[in-house]
Order: sequence, then C-alpha cells, then structure tokens
Amino acid sequence: MPLLEVNDVVVRFGGVTAVNQARFTADERRITGLIGPNGAGKTTCFNVITGLQRPTSGSVRFGGRDVTRTAVHRRARRGMARTFQRLEAFGSLTVRDNVRVALDIAGGFGGLMRSSSARVDEALDRVGISEYAAERADSIPTGTARLLELARCLVGDPKLLLLDEPSSGLDESETDAFGELLIALASEGKAILMVEHDMDLVMTVCDDIHVLDFGEIICSGSPAEVRADARVQAAYLGASDTDETQHDLAPLDATTTIPAVTS
Amino acid sequence: MSGFFAFVVLGVFTGAAYAIAASGLVLTYATTRVFNIAHGAFGMVLAFAFWDFSVRQGLPTWLSLVLVLGVVAPAIGWFIQRFVTRGLGDAPVSVSLVVTVGLLVGLIGVAQYLWPPEARILMPFRPETGYQVGSTYVTAHQLITIVCSVLVATLLYLLLNRTRVGTAMRASVDNPELLQLFGGRPDRVAQLAWAIGISLAALGGILLAPVVGLDYYALTLLVINAYAAAMLGRLKSLPLTFAGAMALGILESLAVGYLPTDGFIAGIRPVIPALFLFLLLVLLPQAQLRIGQVKGIVSAPVPSLLRAAISGVVLLLVVIVVTTGMSEANLLLVGTAATFAMVMLSLVLLTGYGGHVSLAQLTFAGVGALTYSKLAEPNLYGLVLTTLIAAGVGALVALPVLRLTGLYLALATLAFGVLMDKMIFQEEWAFGYNGTLPADRLSVLGVKIESTSGYVLVMVVFLVLMSLAVLALRRGVVGRLLVAMRDSPSACGTLGLDQRWFRVGLFALSAGLAGLAGALFAGLRGTIGAADFQFFNSLPLLLLAVVFGITSVTGACLGGVGLMLLPELQANNPELAGLFFVVLGFGAVALGRDPNGLANQLFRLGRWVRGQAEPWIRERIPVWAPNLADDEELEPVGLDLIGEPLPAPRAAGDLVAEEETSHATP
Amino acid sequence: MTVPMLEAIGIHAAYGRIEVLRGVDLTIPRGAVMALLGPNGAGKSTFVKVISGQKEATAGDLHLGGVHVRNASSDALARVGLCTVPEGRSVFPNLTVEENLRLMSYAGVPADAVMETAFRYFPRLLERRRQLAGTMSGGEQQMLAMSRALASDPALLLLDELSMGLAPLIVEELYDTVREIAETGVTILCIEQFARTALRVSDYAAVMTGGRIVATGEPEEIMESMADVILGAA
Repeated sequence: MPLLEVNDVVVRFGGVTAVNQARFTADERRITGLIGPNGAGKTTCFNVITGLQRPTSGSVRFGGRDVTRTAVHRRARRGMARTFQRLEAFGSLTVRDNVRVALDIAGGFGGLMRSSSARVDEALDRVGISEYAAERADSIPTGTARLLELARCLVGDPKLLLLDEPSSGLDESETDAFGELLIALASEGKAILMVEHDMDLVMTVCDDIHVLDFGEIICSGSPAEVRADARVQAAYLGASDTDETQHDLAPLDATTTIPAVTS
Repeated sequence: MSGFFAFVVLGVFTGAAYAIAASGLVLTYATTRVFNIAHGAFGMVLAFAFWDFSVRQGLPTWLSLVLVLGVVAPAIGWFIQRFVTRGLGDAPVSVSLVVTVGLLVGLIGVAQYLWPPEARILMPFRPETGYQVGSTYVTAHQLITIVCSVLVATLLYLLLNRTRVGTAMRASVDNPELLQLFGGRPDRVAQLAWAIGISLAALGGILLAPVVGLDYYALTLLVINAYAAAMLGRLKSLPLTFAGAMALGILESLAVGYLPTDGFIAGIRPVIPALFLFLLLVLLPQAQLRIGQVKGIVSAPVPSLLRAAISGVVLLLVVIVVTTGMSEANLLLVGTAATFAMVMLSLVLLTGYGGHVSLAQLTFAGVGALTYSKLAEPNLYGLVLTTLIAAGVGALVALPVLRLTGLYLALATLAFGVLMDKMIFQEEWAFGYNGTLPADRLSVLGVKIESTSGYVLVMVVFLVLMSLAVLALRRGVVGRLLVAMRDSPSACGTLGLDQRWFRVGLFALSAGLAGLAGALFAGLRGTIGAADFQFFNSLPLLLLAVVFGITSVTGACLGGVGLMLLPELQANNPELAGLFFVVLGFGAVALGRDPNGLANQLFRLGRWVRGQAEPWIRERIPVWAPNLADDEELEPVGLDLIGEPLPAPRAAGDLVAEEETSHATP
Repeated sequence: MTVPMLEAIGIHAAYGRIEVLRGVDLTIPRGAVMALLGPNGAGKSTFVKVISGQKEATAGDLHLGGVHVRNASSDALARVGLCTVPEGRSVFPNLTVEENLRLMSYAGVPADAVMETAFRYFPRLLERRRQLAGTMSGGEQQMLAMSRALASDPALLLLDELSMGLAPLIVEELYDTVREIAETGVTILCIEQFARTALRVSDYAAVMTGGRIVATGEPEEIMESMADVILGAA
C-alpha cells in the first residue's frame, strides 16, 4: 500500500472547481512529481493533503489511515512535512532559530528543553545553507529561504516531504545540487511529492509524474511516458491546431522548455 | 397573558434600539474590518450631546436630532475613519482592539470633562402620548423606536442593494484592492460607512438614554448587547443582526418578568447579554489556518537574564531606600503599583509576546484575590494554589473559543469580565453584594509578614521574580514559538504544533500571573471587595500597559506606577478627572500602533546618553571600557532598566499577501 | 512619432528587502498589443501592480500617455482609462453579476451602457444577471471580468494571466475577445503562460527574467529565441 493516497479529491470554491476527482499516490523511496500549468490546482492539492483545505469530497489516506478529517498538526506528527510556494519562513527569527523551532515542535513538549543544536546544524548543513545560520530569515534570498523551509522539514525526520516549487530562485548549479539531495533523501526511504516548474529537474529526478490540468489528472506515468503524451502538450501550450504543434516545435522541446519559460 | 404581551412589547422596543446600534457596528466592521469596541461610547457621548442641544441649550427636539444625527455624528465618523482607524483593518487584531479601547476610555473622559457628573434627565419622545393595545399600554417613545428600526433596516437595505456606493461597501468587504482597480475609492466608502455607523450608534444611544439614564458607563457598556446581536449575524449579516437584537431584547424583558427576584438565578438578569455573547462565540464555526496572513511587525526587546537580574536588584534597592520611613498610606500605594505592574506583566506575556488581547485581566486578579481571602493561613503553598485556580479559570475562558482567534478571544474575555463583575463577584459565597472580605498577610517560610513595609518588599521581590520568569520564557523555546506563530501560523501547523492548546496554555499562564498579583494585593490591603476588580478598570490597565510598552518588562513596571497614580490624580483634581482618561485613551490611540510604547523611547534616550557619555567614560576610566565592549548587548545603566535595542520594524509582509487566501475562506 | 501609451524607465520595486524589479524598461506604442513572457518569479505580476498603482515603485519613471503617473493611486488611474484585470479572481464573488457590472461604471461609463455592452458580448451573463458571481464557473467569471475591459472603454488594458485555471477552449474564446478589443484601438499588455495563445494576438513581445526585460521584439523572433534567452541553451 502506498504511503500517501489521494482518492478522487474534489475541491470547489463557489462555482469554480479547483480540483476535480484527483487521484494519485506517493510512496517511500520514490520522488513523485506533480506538474501542470499555473492555476491547475497543484497547491490546492497540497493544501488538501496537509489539511489546510478541506476537500468538497474524496479522501486522503496516509500510512494506511484515512486522514481526510485529521487536524493539520496531527498529520504533521504522523510524518508529513511541507514547504510553501509563497514563503512561510519565520521572518523575524534567524535561520538557525527557524530550524530550532521546527525541532522544538517535532520534539514535543517533553523534548522542549533539549533541542539539540547538533541536529539543527546538521539539517542546515544538509541543505547547504550553514553560512546563513545567523541571518534573519527575511533577509536571505528566495532560493535560500526555500532551502531553509526544507531544512525545517528535515529536522523532524518526516516520512513524506511535500515540496511546493522548491527550486525556483535557485541557479543552475544549486538546482543540480538540490536534485542530488532529493535523490539522496529518497534513497534513505523518504517519500517525496514535488510541485515543480523546472521541467529539466522534474524529468531528471522524478520516478513518477502526475500531470494536473484545470483540476484533473490528465496523465500519470514515468517521465518518458509523460513527455510523449499529447494531452500534456495541449495542456501546456493551450488548444492549438494540432498540425501547428507539430510544425512549430518538436514535442519534446515543447514540454521541456516552454513551461519553464512562460509559466 | 397580557403581562406576557407587555413584556414582549417592551422587549421589541429595546431590541429595536439594540438593532439600530448593532447595525451601525456591523456596517463599520464589514466595510473596514475594524471592530469598534468604542461603538457604545460614541452612542453615549452623542446622547449627551443631544441632551446638551435639546435640554441645556433649549433647541427644538427636531433640530437637536438633525444636528446630532446629521452633522456631529457623521463628522465624527468621518474624522475617526480618516485619521484614526484607517489602515487598521490590515493591522494585527490586537492593535485595532487596543486603539478602539483607547477611543472608548478617551470618550468616557471627554464626556466626563464636558458634562461633569450631575443629575441629567433626557425625556422620552412625546412622553405624554401612548396607545392602549388590548390591555397593554405602548408609549409613543417605544413606538417611535420601533418605527425607527424599521426605517433604518429599510434604508440600509436600499443603500446596500440599490445604490452604487452601497454596492461598493459590500464589494470592499471582499476585496478593496479590486474595488480600486474598478475605479472606486475604498477610503471614501469606508468614511461613509463610519459616518453612518456612528450616526446609528448615536440614534441607538438617544433612544435608550431615557430608559437607561444618561450614565457614562451604562450607555457605553450597552454596546455588549450590540456585540451579541452582531455576532449572531457573524458581523456580516444585517438581517441576522436585527433578529439577534430582537431576540436579545425580548429575552431580557421576559427575564425581568419571569425570573425569580432573588437567589442565584436572579443574578443572571443583568448578564444576559454577556451570556448571549459568550454562547454565540462558542457556537461560531472553526477558524481555518490560512496561508499568507499579515505577519507580525515588531519584535519584542529581550535583555540578557544577567542584565535583567541586576536591574531587578537595583529596583529592589531603590524600593528599599524609597520606602524607608514612608507613611502607611504611601506604602499601600507602592504595593498597589507593584500589583498593577505584575498584572501588566501578565499582559506582556499574553499581548506583547503572544499577540492576544485580554479585556478582563483585572478580573483574573480578582479571582486570585477571592481565592486568597478564602485561605485560612495564607502561605506560599496557598499562593501556588491561588495561581493555579486563576490559571484554571483563564483556561476555562479560553477553552470554549479554542477554535477561534484574536477578536473573538478578546470578546470572550469581555463577556467573562462582565459576568464576573455583575454576577459571580456579587454572590454571597464570593465578595457579596457590594461586600468585602478580610484577607490575612502572607506567611513566607513560617514567618508572617506583619509590617506593611516588609510586605511591600516581598511584593517587589515577587515582581522581580515574575519579570525574570517572563523574560526566561521569552528567551527560551516558548518565546521562539510565539514569534514563529506570529510570523507564520500555517508553517507552525504543518510542522506539527497544536496552536489551539498552546494558546490556551499561554492564556492560562497569563491569567495565573494576574491571579497571583491579585492574591498579593489582597494580603496587602487586608480587606478586599468586588469594587477593587471592576471589569471596566481592566481597560485603562490594558491601555497604560500599551502606552508604556506592552512588549517590555520596563513598560509594565512604569505602567504599574502610572495606573496607581491615575485615581490619585483624578481624586486630587476632580475637575480634570475626565481629562486624564482623555489623555490616556487618545495616548493609546496614538501609540497603539507601536506596541513598544514609551519604554522604547526611554531605551532610545538611554542609547543616546550612552553614545554621548561613553567616549567620556572611556577616556577617564580605561578599566571599564573593555568590559563594555565585551558584551555588545549591554546597555548603559540608568534609564534603561531592562531592555535592549529593537531591530528595525519590518514592513507588513505583503510578499505573502497574495497567496491563495481567496480560496481559503471557509 | 506619437507619444507611447506606456513608458516605463528603470522601474525598481521590492517586497521588504527582496528586490523584485531591478530596472524595468518597457515602451508600448499606442494601439499595440504586447505580450510579456517570463518564468515564475520573474516579476511580471509585480510589474503589472506597479503600472496599475497597486504597488509602489522604489525608483524609476512611469508615463501613461506622456503623463508622469508613478505611484498614482490605482483608483485614479482606473478613472483616467487604465483597466487592469488582475491575476486570479477579478470579480466580486459575493455580489451578483448585475452588481459587479454596476461597479464597473466607476471607470466613467454609465452603468446602463456597461450592462448593454456586457450582455451584447456575453449573452450568458444576461441569463445569470441575478446570480452571485462566485457561484458561476471560472470561464463565466472571467467573462464578467472581461466585460470591464470591453465596456469601460479603456485606453490601456492590462491582462494578468487571463487563462489561469481555465479550459483551453474558454481561453481561446477569451482571446477572441481580446483581439476584438485590440481592433478597436485599445493598447494592451498581457501576461500569459500560454505563450502561443498570447503571441498570436500580439504585435510585440517582451521577455522578463530576474526583474529585468531581457528581450523585446516581434512575436516570432521571441518565440524562437525564448529558450535561448532564458535557459542559455535549447
């Protein structure tokens, strides 16, 4: 049984259906990508999984248990951790204190007084932002803040990592290092579910990819399968005459570059 | 049956007046997201103004009405929105609460100053006219009030649904930025809403004044009825607000008619609105964690513990020197100041660090005092017990509104304060109706502290220990979590923090500290009564804490002295009594946006003095210089008792304001 | 040469300490349709907010029809003929369709005329005039939003991610409307993720990365060079 199962989740805001019958899984030791154009409902899916948004219908199962109605913090305690597309770092604390707070929380009230600074430093080191440890979190670059959010997750040793556009703000070499970190984390047994716009990164590191288009999963499969899927190209390029798609840009180029460029 | 009908008619009349006032409250809250705690105070001041025009100056009633409702009230509403509450809707709830509490106290001061206490009578409209309906006599005033409420409901409906500016009011509830992109002016819309809202408060006040009497406090606190009615409409729906007001009016009236006139049940009558409000708060739906909320703006100053300890010892020494040979009366004043400082410390924890507002902190002190006075031989164990009981009561207040935040927690404390003040404290088993209880002096380690000067020193020791405890909390894990929760509640939630229980814990701790202060105060005074812990006095307490700096221990200590002096000043200068409230209230309005308050100005002054003096000292006392340079957090002694430089205030985080919050609305 | 409709010179803007726009230079001639492309976080939406007066620029100059308008309030800009359709929801969900349309008259065109135009273009809105806007489908909401662009007779129209979360077919429909508006001579700046869709209706295109305009030109050139410009390799 997969670690995370999202079953037929529907989210409606007024008359707008943000997520429609979404169904996908994420499992240990695998990196799962959730991609799709802006406004396709990816972040809403994350909110449903973590409990920040209650679905109109459908269910979320985590570790074999139905958590659809479980409170946000309880899901976290069962091993979910997430980062945010719009940063949610604790701006007035230092980078180190950000991670320390996460460890305080993860340690429970029994461990309140014993937050080990070694574990904090280890997490900072792991994502490669030790040099920023003493800086206030609202004064560091966006990419670094995203890594900080990841470090904050890692210190609690979660089973499932939900990463919302983790690489935006990173330069090319940082992105490469980040990809390697993800692979290493997965090989240690973590399940990673990632919303990402950098197609090169997604195609390189992901084991499975689900493509979301206006709220519906239109395609699931390996990177190669997704790349070749006609519906995916339509989703990214907009409805265009099919022959034009073929003449203008090669299918592979279309999925690998255009989304990264324009969305 | 005819009696029943009469009570219903009376209920409909008061309900109609509540409805008028409450609809004004809803209008202003809905369009500007500023909950106007002072709504009733505006009604009170304007009812006095109406009396002034119509009775004192002898203008015709219709002209006075036109002047008050059509000129003075709208002008005040416009002014308040333009210069006081503008932009508050985006500020943390604690700030807008403090500012409007400041308005409330300031307005009471204005009324007391302009219209010093004397007997004033505001006659009902057409007092000699009435109609016999069956066996019930309906006065013209009652009928006029009911007609007014129908008129107000109709006009508001037409305004909001049939006119462009009314539509814009509803639109700006959702999204003022979008309204601006449409070409509308949210500022003007808000000013109009406030002008109308204050007019409605005035009309409500004028209609109720003949029944309630022209009383500064009674008319001001009538607003609790309006809060309760508005809460039924979730501060949004006018029809439900009207329904709530009617239900409340009829309920109150029937309670007068049918509840027994003595015993415990009888005590319920005056607190029906507060109970109604509390009940509705409990029934409100769960607040959802939202991404991208407005973030905290100012960080609280934190000195090192060593520094704080040294400052504490200095304080103790100063008190010893000052109190030597002091008269008994003055010793009591010093003890009172220490009490208030301790209560304010509990607010530093709750409001300054945690961002939650309690409008009944003195009531918790009263709970502590009550418990203490029941102790046979008060000693340290008894004190611990007292603290725990006060903390438990605090948790009981916070628990039902566990799922809610900010504004609702504050309103729950307000309802609780009224409840305790008018009902529980008056019970036989408590202080008794206008009664007092004797309280023994505290015994420390088997030694009973009989002398007042000794007792005052013990209180100061408690104050210093409490300060150190609060600072230790702030420096440690609790402080970090509080800042983190303020910066991003969503991140705390997804990291696994149960913020609801954390909040209840914080609230209980704060109530416990206030209770401890109250207990020590009871021991100091020897006799203690409900009058010492009147609900209303929690408001100046909160304001003084804010004015002097609710984020620092120094601010609490200065605030304690200030609050002790306030009634002294008022008693010595009775003609200026109101003016002190005016200064305090409007001081809080002015300083409310900077929670670091006056203490911060002192820190600045201290730094400036240091900047001037340091080179001079270095030159002459070389030994001291390296010592100073070692500890960069060390501030010059003197004015800067406890505190350290503040980081630059951070702009409210608009970076995050655009997240999908639109989707998160429940 | 006539005065351009929009001229931005060295626009800087920041959120807190993080600078998002680092000297944006962009000129849009009168009557032109320009597409603004670029990756997530490039600062496109911030730029739109600066032009529409929702966000303060920390430096730089902004001219609208030759008039200096930097940091003018957004309602004043709306009343002189700037129509901004922001990203995401751009209607009032708790107001009816008719009430939404009534508010559009703030831009200077009488309410009756606004409704007449809106219902002529989108008959579906007429059927739903008494319905709350928030209960309509995303496409219908966007039609309502576009009604403002159509009916308020703007000089400059800013469209931010018109297609967000909408089915391709509806996006095409909306862009047909954009083209119609363009044909009446309205200057348009549109930000769009569907590069092809946007480029098809535009006369010029610009690419923004890292808070600067890095390329401008004809749509075809941009379409070809976009990958080069942004990824450094194709």
